[in-house]
Amino acid sequence: MSNNTKFTGQSFKSVGTRPLRPDGLDKVTGRARYGADIQLPGQLTALILRSPHAHATIKSIDTSKAEKLKGVKAVLTSADLPDKNKGDQDLFDILDNCMARKKVLYDGHSVAAVAAIDAVTARAALKLIKVEYAILPHVTDVDEAVKPKAPLLNRKCITQGVEPTPKKASNVAKRTEFGHGNTETGFAEADFVKERNFKTEQTHQGYIEPHACVASYSPDGTAELWVCTQGHFVFRQQCAALLGMDVSKLRVTPTEIGGGFGGKTHVWAEPVALALSRKANRPVKLVMSREEVFRASGPTSATSIDIKIGITKDGTITAGDATLRYSNGPYVGPWAMLGAMTAFACYDLKNVRTVGYEVLVNRPKTTAYRAPSAPMAAFAVESVIDELAAEIGMDPVEVRIKNAAKEGSQSSYGPVYGPIGIGPTLEAAQKHPHMSAKLGKNQGRGMACGFWFNFGGQTCTDLNIAPDGTVTLTVGTIDVGGARASLSLIAAEELGISYEDVKAVVGDTTSVGYNDMTDGSRGTFSSSMATIIAARNAISILKERAATMWEIPVDKVIWEEGHAKATGKKHGNLAPLSLAEIAAEAPNTGGPIAGHNELVADGAGVSFATHICDVEVDRETGRTKVVRYTVIQDAGKAVHPTYVEGQYQGGAAQGIGWALNEEYIYGDDGRLQNPGFLDYRIPVCSDLPMIDTQILEIPNPNHPYGVRGVGETSIVPPLAAVANAVSNAAGVRMTHVPMSAPRILKAIDSAQD
Amino acid sequence: MAEIKVWGGLRPAIGGAATLDIEASTIRELLRKLEEQYPDTAPFIEAGIAVSIDGVIYRDSWGQKLPSSAEIYLLPRIEGG
Repeated sequence: MSNNTKFTGQSFKSVGTRPLRPDGLDKVTGRARYGADIQLPGQLTALILRSPHAHATIKSIDTSKAEKLKGVKAVLTSADLPDKNKGDQDLFDILDNCMARKKVLYDGHSVAAVAAIDAVTARAALKLIKVEYAILPHVTDVDEAVKPKAPLLNRKCITQGVEPTPKKASNVAKRTEFGHGNTETGFAEADFVKERNFKTEQTHQGYIEPHACVASYSPDGTAELWVCTQGHFVFRQQCAALLGMDVSKLRVTPTEIGGGFGGKTHVWAEPVALALSRKANRPVKLVMSREEVFRASGPTSATSIDIKIGITKDGTITAGDATLRYSNGPYVGPWAMLGAMTAFACYDLKNVRTVGYEVLVNRPKTTAYRAPSAPMAAFAVESVIDELAAEIGMDPVEVRIKNAAKEGSQSSYGPVYGPIGIGPTLEAAQKHPHMSAKLGKNQGRGMACGFWFNFGGQTCTDLNIAPDGTVTLTVGTIDVGGARASLSLIAAEELGISYEDVKAVVGDTTSVGYNDMTDGSRGTFSSSMATIIAARNAISILKERAATMWEIPVDKVIWEEGHAKATGKKHGNLAPLSLAEIAAEAPNTGGPIAGHNELVADGAGVSFATHICDVEVDRETGRTKVVRYTVIQDAGKAVHPTYVEGQYQGGAAQGIGWALNEEYIYGDDGRLQNPGFLDYRIPVCSDLPMIDTQILEIPNPNHPYGVRGVGETSIVPPLAAVANAVSNAAGVRMTHVPMSAPRILKAIDSAQD
Repeated sequence: MAEIKVWGGLRPAIGGAATLDIEASTIRELLRKLEEQYPDTAPFIEAGIAVSIDGVIYRDSWGQKLPSSAEIYLLPRIEGG
């Protein structure tokens, strides 16, 4: 059967309803198994020794005393994890991050690991490992790192993307540029031009479950890994490559995941756990502490962004220019590039230019965080648009509607848009009661827009029909937000059976074909596409079996409402056969009935959102409280509206935390000062109002049900929406996120001076 | 054949031009000819190039047809969270 994935506009019975999620009961009763819940016979406890220095050469590591300690079964350094992928820089960077070689590059960089019979012994062993460092000058600030005399992290780092190629090394690893038109011409046409620098501090995804895994390496060269991850197939590939294993000899089983948001798309400790297990010949459990998660997993970038926007008196934006410097940690990534691509994506601009610089700093390796890099760029752009709207005396929503991208607009990152939802989200915001609600004393309102690409990728799904007619759906994308419920609804919809008759599971790497990880808002988008086609394949078989049972030609059988129905004058009086009745006769009609599909789920529709935020600022203390918040976003089609709303609310909550409180604070010594939830404060329920949501459904023409990804866009507008609200409440433009109480107080005081 | 536009980061590898003139009917053919005609694009292709066809971004589908009237835009292959 062909993979026809075009939108058909069909009506739905199951899709769009709100049943309970199949994993809910286990999660609220503690039965669900997360990464740290796996126990194997003879299992050892592993701990990692981490650098206390931001930047240093490793002169020597003496593990002899630790190895002699009773109960220690393996001690590991980079010598046990040699580079097996000569010439692959990306894999080498991953390996170097998992276990430092010649240099440590940030506070928390791993230098050695032990596996022992218990945690007490492992801790004692870590203390016996002697590492001799030669401390080097360090740099943690993104603006300091680009200065000519900044300490160099990598003496071989020559900036890519610059012509002619620079002769001197620097901390700027890469330059990228996007845009069209001529910004200088555009600025000359403007009546007002505003230029500002904005800064955002580094934040962590803040997932509640720390990284955890259990590795069991067999002397026969095969291994198993149980791990909390957003992509068990990707983890399998990377771990196998780093350890020099055949990919098929490593079985990775994903556990439930206690949050990831991009942070669990990369391997951190898993190759170390496997190498320890290989060396000790015992299963090894490795669980990061919260402090380790902060110091040595992957937060998002800290940024410094220069923005210049020109506008006419009637509200037409004539040009937009952005220079974006994003911290990458010690290894180059795509982070400033993503900021440069998304910065002006909401708008239809004739003249636009964005330039991104990937900057190396002595901080942990930057990792994806929900619509990676877009929130910071949106903060800068949306803040200046608000200022310009005030300057020309125009309503901020009206200005955005006037300049919003639409079908046929050339996006700021290049291509022309198809059907998109930025205009409808703005119009919905304009009509929303929140927009006209009265504000109290010291309160301010802000709004902002956001964009994310969304994508699909490699996907494989198996649908098996049991002898009683119930259905098992095995998918290979990790369920991070209710996908098993959504995919069960999809299977039920296609087959015409009830949601309760479908059991969706996430299969391990041996039970279903390769799947890309759950990122880019692709989980439900891509696995639903594969599920629809798998179900249609199963229906073809069901029709054949019904034809066999009836002894009629298969072209006289149709599938409707969960039943095979015979058609035509000759057969129309046959009673319909239910899926269960056909399944019961499967042994006599050809054996097990299943549907399968593998595809590349390309064609994900881009996504837009508009957020409205009210805050109250205490002008004496600078403390800010969000008093009302509304998210309006296009979902294409909300398969399970409750979990779509959950994604909207979750993204907004994370963005509010980022906007007001969260930041990595480094001391002059380059050490992280706040690696714990007491000093790095994420929002809790009492910090937030009920976040109101409005789902718009503008179908994605490239998905059979019109589905778009919904997981990431909701974190893009909050930094700007909160900043615009705080700026309006405080009467001073806020340009540095987080807008913590001391920063707000300082801004108010400075404005009064 | 439709005009093929490229993002700023790829332009140095094709001599600074913003557009390309390559006759290709599929993404696979386009990328193969791109590397043949502009060897400096090899590291970009290795790192991943996505192809936008009339605004729909294809990251992996080599077999995707390139309609003659379509807008074709080459972009870096992106990742998400």
